[in-house]
Amino acid sequence: MSGPSQYVPKNALARWLEARLPIIGFTYDSFVAYPTPKNLNYWWTFGAILSFMLIAQILTGVVLAMHYTGHTSMAFNSVEHIMRDVNWGWMIRYLHANGASMFFLAVYIHMARGLYYGSYKAPREVLWILGVVIFLLMMATAFMGYVLPWGQMSFWGATVITNLFSAIPLVGDAITIWLWGGYSVDNPTLNRFFSLHYLLPFMIAAVVALHVWALHVVGQNNPAGVDIKDVEKDSVPFTPHATMKDMVGVAVFFILFAWFAFFVPNYLGHSDNYIEANPLVTPAHIVPEWYFLPFYAILRAIPSKLGGVIFMFASIAILVVLPWLDTSRVRSAVYRPIYKIFFWLFIVTVIGLGYLGSQPPEGGAVIAARILTAWYFIHFIVVMPLLGLFEKTKPVPASINDAVLAKNGGERVAAAAPAQ
Amino acid sequence: MATTIATAEPTRRDMLFIATGAVAAVGAAATVWPFIAQMNPDASTLALSSTEVDISAIAEGQIVTVKWRGKPVFIRHRTKKEIQEAEAVALDKLPDPQPDSARVKKPEWLVVIGVCTHLGCIPLGKQGAFDGWFCPCHGSDYDLSGRIRSGPAPRNLEVPEYAFLSDTKIKIG
Amino acid sequence: MKLKLALFAAALTGAMGMGAPALAADAGHAEVHKQSWSFAGAFGHYDRGQLQRGFKVFREVCANCHSANLLAFRNLAEPGGPQFSEAQAKELAAQYKVKELSDKTGDVEERPARLSDRWPAPFANDIKAREAMGGSLPPDMSVLAKARTYHRPFPLFLIDALPGFSYQEHGVDYIVALLNGYKDEPPAGQKLDAGQSWNDIMPGNRIGMAKPLADGQVDYTDGTPATADQYAKDVAAFMMWLAEPKLEDRKRTGFRVVIFLAVLAGLLYATKRRIWAKIPH
Repeated sequence: MSGPSQYVPKNALARWLEARLPIIGFTYDSFVAYPTPKNLNYWWTFGAILSFMLIAQILTGVVLAMHYTGHTSMAFNSVEHIMRDVNWGWMIRYLHANGASMFFLAVYIHMARGLYYGSYKAPREVLWILGVVIFLLMMATAFMGYVLPWGQMSFWGATVITNLFSAIPLVGDAITIWLWGGYSVDNPTLNRFFSLHYLLPFMIAAVVALHVWALHVVGQNNPAGVDIKDVEKDSVPFTPHATMKDMVGVAVFFILFAWFAFFVPNYLGHSDNYIEANPLVTPAHIVPEWYFLPFYAILRAIPSKLGGVIFMFASIAILVVLPWLDTSRVRSAVYRPIYKIFFWLFIVTVIGLGYLGSQPPEGGAVIAARILTAWYFIHFIVVMPLLGLFEKTKPVPASINDAVLAKNGGERVAAAAPAQ
Repeated sequence: MATTIATAEPTRRDMLFIATGAVAAVGAAATVWPFIAQMNPDASTLALSSTEVDISAIAEGQIVTVKWRGKPVFIRHRTKKEIQEAEAVALDKLPDPQPDSARVKKPEWLVVIGVCTHLGCIPLGKQGAFDGWFCPCHGSDYDLSGRIRSGPAPRNLEVPEYAFLSDTKIKIG
Repeated sequence: MKLKLALFAAALTGAMGMGAPALAADAGHAEVHKQSWSFAGAFGHYDRGQLQRGFKVFREVCANCHSANLLAFRNLAEPGGPQFSEAQAKELAAQYKVKELSDKTGDVEERPARLSDRWPAPFANDIKAREAMGGSLPPDMSVLAKARTYHRPFPLFLIDALPGFSYQEHGVDYIVALLNGYKDEPPAGQKLDAGQSWNDIMPGNRIGMAKPLADGQVDYTDGTPATADQYAKDVAAFMMWLAEPKLEDRKRTGFRVVIFLAVLAGLLYATKRRIWAKIPH
């Protein structure tokens, strides 16, 4: 990315092109010669998995748009037309619908990995913030995509989420009407959501490019949380070493993806979405898709309309300032025994919020949601700054190579012991 | 012993790489197919590919246009004079030689796809120098059998697959 | 995820004005039970005989009030379904009339249906249907089997997703239970409005559809017992096919895809190990 390219053109044509547009050299430096920490584990393959998921979603999505009709009177049946009549339509639609879930599963693992190993810490703040931007764009895309089949959950999900904006003082109602293009979710809303649902993935792709660019400037974090000091000793070339490991991760992840898409394709969906939208009847129990449940729980935990909306958006916005909230000088949780406990507590909190988001907001569920919501914010605002000041960390290895030697040495001793 | 390992290993290594690459390539090819096939006509479109037409109300000399697979089909109830005229044409005068008898199932009924074989415009009936059809786009002239006589079109108007279900009913497609 | 305790519990609780624990004790009989379906599981496929019987029940009973707007006559002869012969499907279609705008007169006229036509609806529109049905609207049956479900408590709802245990047939279980869930009389103290029946499964227990199936109502010629319970199962299976006509294709393709990905993942792993063999990591 910086400095002269390591790529040496081997023939005249490549030399000619390279002098005019150094695209081969750029690709070579970024994806072949790029030094990768040699101690990356399989949690680091989720970046590649996400790239593949984005491509899969765009490909299946473009195909679906060829057969879908964005009109309230035809949208529901046009999706069923895809399922019944279009060649391979059932497969492409189930891949797209389950692909959204798989995309979020992968992004949550990717984010959790970043939290665990401190990948957001200096100098990777911009890299991390770009990731939060991608996450927000993904949420917007998924939300609008879920409206398109025009089932009951599509319609009422759209109604509830767009109504969030009416909580804004003074201009809230005007904004909501502007979003709808009318006085309720209706045909203008469906049409603009279709248009934006098609547009946003390409914006995601653009931000992904920035995300990868930032990554290549600062280099990859790794389980040891120390940067590459000696390229020879600490790193391997990205291709074939990291590429091949990534491919293993992608293939295994796609088995999971295929399982859902082909064998339990409606498991992650909601049966009410097979009932065509009816603006006069609300389903008994509105729940968003599973990947929104923790945020939905936070929204409902706050006993005020505006407050709920603010806290819900704040729960994501707080990730942006995380690099400055974490005061620890050690990146990786491997050397932070107390943080490690709080990390897992945080994961349990988010899963707990997800579960509560799926439950009717009654009795104990409301109180539990409030406690977990409070903890969600306390984790970032109180725990992260204080841990950095008071936590006694373990000694951090001097280099990636030292970390690897320590790990392998430990294993060798352990393996040798029974033989003696 | 060191040499045997050195020679044996690269072969096994290469085999593994080739096998992995080959399987991946097969997978990629198999994945591409559904994405191509989805653009072919879907089941509901294929199901509509035949149309039944009642021809009892078409008077002698009249041309009726019906839609089949999204395209116009001309059904012309030819008069005796028109049939004679169409049959009398010498084949060597035709750019795409075809006797009239090869283009009809019953001489009084001419059924052709109403799409000019030049660039797909719809020719106008009972116009042009041969009383057949005349294409306004680039001046192709068709005769009473729908055969190209002059102009840029390379072939005669296409005859669709059709059958007489009864004297008054035909099925196109 | 499918944490849908709420849907039926909430509806039932609201309707009966009781707390949830009391409800659980009282409505213990109102549970939907898992049935044994030929099309469940990773290798499931439809039972043609069952689909053909279910179609007969649909045609003779359900279709009098319910539409199935997504069903085309050609579907009945397509692979993966009841697989009537094309001649049978054509003959069947010809017995039905569909409305079409006439080219000649400009009026809407009736003509015999063809394979490409959709199953004609019993009523012109929802308003007419309500009018004929005493205010209730019979839902379209096309995807109804996927639009219904019931609560599966923890950890069953998680097990339902697992390979080897996967279960997606909640909609048809619900339909069978609903069809068998009628009571001649409402429980003491409960009142029904005109045109309503008591059903243990229906949320709110009041259903606008009168008990549709009775023993011996539909003739079976293949020796299958002509009981209301059997009709319910057969018509539910038919409805599953109606909602998911590509199920067999999907599971067959899915099996190939998973096997392929497993082989590819194994090869990739071996390759990766080779590449990393000499690098401590």
